[in-house]
Amino acid sequence: MKSVDELAKIRDSRRAALKIREGVPSATEKAHIMMCGGAGCISSKCTDVVDAMKECLAKHGIADQVKIILTGCMGPCDMGPVAIIYPDATFYRRLRVKDAEAIVEEHILKGNPVQRLLYRSPGAKEPTRCVHDIDLFKKQKKIVLRNNFYIDPTSIEDYIARDGYAALAKALTEMQPAEIIEEVKKSGLRGRGGAGFSTGMKWGFTAAAKGSPKYVVCNGDEGDPGAFMDRSVLEGDPHSIIEGMAICGRAIGAEQGYVYVRAEYPLAIERLSHAIEEARKYGLLGKDIFGTGFNFDIEIRIGAGAFVCGEETALLHSIEGKRGEPRPRPPFPANAGVWGKPTVLNNVETWANIPEIILKGADWFASIGTEKSKGTKVFALAGRINNTGIVEVPMGTTLREIVYEIGGGIPRKKNFKAVQTGGPSGGCIPAEYLDTPVDYDSLGALGAIMGSGGMIVMDEDTCMVDIAKFFIDFCVDESCGKCSPCRIGTKRMLEILERITNGEGREGDIELLEELAKTIKSTALCGLGQTAPNPVLSTIRYFRHEYEEHIKECKCRSGVCELKKE
Amino acid sequence: MATCSCGCGEDELTKQLDKIIDPYRGQPGGLIQVLTRAQELIGYLPKWTLIRIAKALGLSLQDVYGVATFYAFFSLIPRGRHKISVCAGTACYVKGTNMVVKTIRGHLGIKPGQTTPDSRFTLEIVRCIGACGLAPAMIIDGKDVHGRLEPEQIPQILEQYA
Amino acid sequence: MITLTIDNQKVAVEEGTTILEAAEKLGIKIPTLCYLKEINVIGACRICVVEVQGAKAFVPACVAPVAEGMVVRTNTPAVIKARKLILELILSDHPMECLTCVRNQNCELQKLAEAFGITEVRFEGEKTSYPIDDSSPAIVRDPRKCVLCRRCVSVCTNIQTVNAIQAQERGFNTLIAPAFNEKLANVECVQCGQCSLVCPTAAIHEVDDTQRVWEALADPNKHVIVQTAPATRVQVGETIGAEPGSIVTGQLVAGLRRLGFDKVFDTDFTADLTIIEEGNELLERIKTGGTLPMITSCSPGWIKFAEHFYPDLLPHLSTCKSPQQMFGALAKTYYAQKAGIDPANIFSVSIMPCTAKKYECTRPEMKSSGYQDVDVVLTSRELGRMFKQAGLDITNLPEEEYDPPLGISTGAGEIFGASGGVMEAALRTVYEVVTGKELPNINFTECRGLTGVKEATVQVGDLPVKIAITNGLGNARKVLDKIRAGEADYHFIEIMCCPGGCIGGGGSPIPTNTEIRLKRIDAVYTEDERMTLRKSHENPAVQELYKEFLEKPLGHKSHELLHTHYTKRSNYPSEEC
Repeated sequence: MKSVDELAKIRDSRRAALKIREGVPSATEKAHIMMCGGAGCISSKCTDVVDAMKECLAKHGIADQVKIILTGCMGPCDMGPVAIIYPDATFYRRLRVKDAEAIVEEHILKGNPVQRLLYRSPGAKEPTRCVHDIDLFKKQKKIVLRNNFYIDPTSIEDYIARDGYAALAKALTEMQPAEIIEEVKKSGLRGRGGAGFSTGMKWGFTAAAKGSPKYVVCNGDEGDPGAFMDRSVLEGDPHSIIEGMAICGRAIGAEQGYVYVRAEYPLAIERLSHAIEEARKYGLLGKDIFGTGFNFDIEIRIGAGAFVCGEETALLHSIEGKRGEPRPRPPFPANAGVWGKPTVLNNVETWANIPEIILKGADWFASIGTEKSKGTKVFALAGRINNTGIVEVPMGTTLREIVYEIGGGIPRKKNFKAVQTGGPSGGCIPAEYLDTPVDYDSLGALGAIMGSGGMIVMDEDTCMVDIAKFFIDFCVDESCGKCSPCRIGTKRMLEILERITNGEGREGDIELLEELAKTIKSTALCGLGQTAPNPVLSTIRYFRHEYEEHIKECKCRSGVCELKKE
Repeated sequence: MATCSCGCGEDELTKQLDKIIDPYRGQPGGLIQVLTRAQELIGYLPKWTLIRIAKALGLSLQDVYGVATFYAFFSLIPRGRHKISVCAGTACYVKGTNMVVKTIRGHLGIKPGQTTPDSRFTLEIVRCIGACGLAPAMIIDGKDVHGRLEPEQIPQILEQYA
Repeated sequence: MITLTIDNQKVAVEEGTTILEAAEKLGIKIPTLCYLKEINVIGACRICVVEVQGAKAFVPACVAPVAEGMVVRTNTPAVIKARKLILELILSDHPMECLTCVRNQNCELQKLAEAFGITEVRFEGEKTSYPIDDSSPAIVRDPRKCVLCRRCVSVCTNIQTVNAIQAQERGFNTLIAPAFNEKLANVECVQCGQCSLVCPTAAIHEVDDTQRVWEALADPNKHVIVQTAPATRVQVGETIGAEPGSIVTGQLVAGLRRLGFDKVFDTDFTADLTIIEEGNELLERIKTGGTLPMITSCSPGWIKFAEHFYPDLLPHLSTCKSPQQMFGALAKTYYAQKAGIDPANIFSVSIMPCTAKKYECTRPEMKSSGYQDVDVVLTSRELGRMFKQAGLDITNLPEEEYDPPLGISTGAGEIFGASGGVMEAALRTVYEVVTGKELPNINFTECRGLTGVKEATVQVGDLPVKIAITNGLGNARKVLDKIRAGEADYHFIEIMCCPGGCIGGGGSPIPTNTEIRLKRIDAVYTEDERMTLRKSHENPAVQELYKEFLEKPLGHKSHELLHTHYTKRSNYPSEEC
C-alpha cells in the first residue's frame, strides 16, 4: 500500500464484510462466533469447543455461513471459555465441547439463546444475554482493549476495519512531529508501566536529544507475578502496538523499533511476529510508508526471564544482548538508550493508547479519568475474587467498584482483607481504603503503587506476613545483585520474615525490618530495589498486629504459617 | 566444523547450531537471541554450545556464561523430556502454589530445579505465566496450561506425559 | 560552569563533574567502596550516597552529575545511618577474618567499618560460600571476601581487555569468576594481577610465597640469592609507609642482606643484557629481512596475552627471555661456575612488582640451567611483609651496594621499570652501536610518560627507526590489530602489560593509581640520572660476561640460556565434551 486512500479502501471493504459484528445481520452469513483465545480460555480448552462447533456446523451444512474467530483475551478468564456471537452480541461462558451442539442448533439455527450458558450477574434473577448489557462489562471502558471483542488478532484487515493505522496515516500526512508530541502531552497520558511519567514529555526529551539514530522500544517484559495485561494486548491486538510505535517513530525521528517480550509468552511472540510480517506486507512497516518517505521497522527481542529487565536501563542492556543489570540514571534513555542512542521506552499498554489519542484527539482522552491521571487502566484481577480476569476501567474508579461490582466480590462468603496492587513493588491496601479512587497519586499515598496493573485480592485466609515474605522472596530471586542494599538487604529481610513465619521471630524484628526497608528504599540502585520493601512496609503499616501475633503469640490467624511452638 | 570425538552425536547438532548462529556472526548484540534458539534446538545449553557461540559472536566465554546464568530461562544442565513449570505468580500463590509443588514433590520425588532419574520430568517454579484466572496453575512443556489444580488431579495430569 | 552547594559551601565546577568530584574540590571526602577513579564508576555499592534537595531517594555521589543550583548534604544523620546499615549488610556477607587476612590494615572495607564505628553486625544468615581458587601460581581468588564492587572486572575487561573474569549468576549468588567458575590457572587469565591491585579487600590477592623464602633462608645448605626488579626500588618503601615515589635502592639492598640473603643482585644487570641481545636481534632482523615489527618480550603478562589472543603474531616477539629469566638462567650457570657453588644448592629469589612473574618462573621452558631457573618470585607487597615481620624499617637503614657481578647495572637497565624504558634503553645502545658515535642527547623523552600508545621515528644513522610503545593490554591491542591488518610499518614496539609499565605492575604496593604511578615514574628517571653509566653496552659486568662466558650476542650460549620460544594458546577452552 502506498497511500492513505488505499488504506481507506481496505478499511471500507473490510468494514462492510464485518458489519455483522456491529450488530447488522448479514444476508450471506448467519453468525460470527468470537471465541476468546486468551491464555485463560485456551487453557480451558476453548479450541476443543471450536473444533466441536465446526464439526456441528458441517453436519448441518452451514459451515460456510458461520465464521469462528479466535480473539484476544476478552477478560473474564474465570468463566472461560467465553464467546460472543454476533450479530446479536450474545455472551456465553463456561462452554464445553458438549455445548457445541446446543449453540449451533438452538442459537445459530433457531435464533434462541442457550439460557444455561448465559451469564447471570450476582444477585440477578435472570441472566443477561447481550454482552453490552452485562454489569461486569458496562462498568468498564475499553480503550486499550478496544478491539478484543471484535477482531481476529491474526488479521491486519480486521484491525484496519476498526480504523487501524488511520492514526498513523494522520500522523504521517496531517501532523508535524512536534504536533504529535504536543498532542500526546496534552492528552495527559502517563506511562502505564508503573512509574507514571508523562509519555509526551518523554517523547519530547528524546526528540530534542542529540544523537542518531534514535530508537523506539516497547517494554513487554511483563514480570509482575499476577499481571497479564500486556499479554492480553500483545495476543489480542498486536497491531495497536506496532501502530503506536510507528507514530512515535515519526514524532521523534526514529526508524527502528524493538519490542521486548518475555520468552514465557510464546503466543504473544507468535502473534506479534505475524502482525509485523503482515504490516510489512501491507507497507505499513518498512520503507516509504504511505508514500511519505517515512521509514520504520520493528524487531522482536526475547526477554529470557529476569524481572529486573522491566527496569528500563536493564531492559536496554538486555536488548543489547547483555546481562540485564540496571545502571544509574542519568543519563536517561531519552539521551542514552539502546546502543547509547536516544530512545523512547514505553510499555505495551502505553503504546496501545497512542493510536486512539492521535485519532480521537487529546481532548477526548483527557476527558476520561481524573485530574492528574487520564484515560483508563487495565488491571489483572486475581486472587480471592469471583471474576478473575482482565478489566479496563477509567482512572478514578474506586477499588470497591473494581473488587465488588466488576470483580463480583469475594467467593465463599469470606471476608475481604486487602487488595495488593503493583506486585512486588506495590503494597497491600486494607478494607478501610476501599473507596480510594484508582489513580497514580491516591495509590501512592497509601504506600501502594499503580504499578503495571496487577491487582490481587486477599481474604481472611491470607496471612499478610506470609504475603510479605512471598514478595520479598520474589525480589531476592530477581535481584540482579549489582547494588549491595538490594542484593544483601532483601536477603536479610527474607531471612527475618522466614524466622517470623516459622515461629522464631524475635522482639525487635519488626523494627529491624522497617530499618532495612527504609534504607533499601532510599539507597538501592534501581526501581526494583527501591520498591522491593514496599510490600513489607505496607503490610507492617496496616497489619502490624499480624506480625506481632506471629512473634509474641506464635499465632497465624489465617492458619497459613506453620509455626514451631515451644 | 568442530567434531566431537566422544560419540555424543553432536556433529549434526553443530551444523544446526551454526545455522542459528550465522546471522549473528561477529555481532555480540545477538547473544540472547542465539542462546534462546540454541536452547530450543538442544533443550539446554551445553558447554560446547556456549564456546561455539562465544567464538562466533566475538565474545569471551565469560561474557556468554555471565548472560546465560543471569536469565532464568536458560538452563545449563539437561532437563527432562517434560518440563513442569508451576506458576508462582501472586494469584497462584494465594490460591495454592505450595500445595501444587508439595503434591508434585510427593508424587515424583523431586524438588524444584530437579529432574527425575528417568529423565521424564523436570520440575521448576516459574514467574507468573499469565493464567491468573486459572490459579493455581502449571504449564507443561511450555504450552499445556493446567489450571484450577486440585491435589488429586495432579497425578492424572502427569500420567498424560510419557 | 555549574554552581552548587555542598554542605553549605558553594562550589563552581565544570558541567559533567560528579558530586563526588565537586565535594573533593571543597575538601570533603565522601566515602566510597566500589568507586575507583577512571576505572570503575558504576554506583553499585551505594556507600557514597548523599542527600540532594528535592530527590526522592539518596543519590550516589560517585556517578551523579552536578546540576545548577543543586543543594547537597553529605553528612546528615540520615545519610550516615544509611551508610552504616549498608556497611553492616556488606559485613553480614563477609568472613570476619580480618586478623588473619592478607589485607589486614590495608583493606578498604575494614577502613570504612572502622570509620563508621561498626561494632556489631545485627544480621545473621547465609553467607557467600564459593570455594577459594588457588590454582594459579600467581593469584588467589577468594569469593567469600568479594564485595562485588567489580573493579577487577572493569580492569580486566576495559583496561586489559582480557576478560578472564565476569559477573555470573545473579542476586545474592552473584560471583565474579571465569566461566563455569573455572580455575584461573586454566583460562586465558594472563596473571597480570591488576585485579589484585584494585581489589578493595582480599577477594583477589597475590599468592603468598614468603614462607618458602623464609625456609630457604633458614636452610644452611642453600645459597640464597636475590634479584630486585627495576621498579621495586621505587615501590618497596611504600609498603612500610614511605611516600609514593621514594627511592630506596640502597636501603632495599641493606634490608635484603639483613633478611639473610647470601647475595643481593639486581635484575637491572640482566636488563642491560637484554638490551644487548634484543638490540642485536632487532638489527639482525632488519638486516636479514626477518619478521618486523619486532616486539619486546620482557613482560610475562604480555607474553601470555599474545599467546592467547594473538598467537598468529608470535613470530613478532623477540625471542629474548625477560630479564628475570635471563638472570635465573645465568645465576645457576655463569654465577655458580664463577663462585664455585653447586647450582643445585642455589636458591634463586626475585623481587618483582609483578604477579605474572610468579607464573613465568614456573613455565616449563624456564629450566635452561638444568634446574628451575628462578625458584621463587616475591611481589613488592610480599617483601614489604617480610620486612615488617623482621622488624626492619628499611627507610632507616644505611644504603648499601649490590653484590658484583650480577648486581652491576646502568641507568638503562633501571628505566625498564617504566613504560618506554625498554625502548629508550634500546635506542641508547642501538644508536651508538650502529652509528659508532656518541649520542648527542641520551634522554629520549618521547618514549616516556603514561600515554597509552606512543609513536615516534628516531633517526639511527641512515635508518629512520619507527617505534611504538604501549602500556596496558587494551592499548597493546590497538597496535597489534594494526599489525594484523597490515597497517603497521614500525620496526620496534615495546609492549608492557600493565598501565604505566612495571611501576604499576600487579604486584605493586596498594594503592597504585595514576598519581602514584607518575611519582614512581619520576623516581625511575631520577635514579637513571643518578647513575654514572646510563647505557647498557657500557655495563662492565655485561662486557665481562660476554668475554668470560657467552662469547657474543646471539651466540650459541645466548640461545641456549637467554632466548626462549612461545606457545600458541587459545582464548577458549576446547569444544569437545
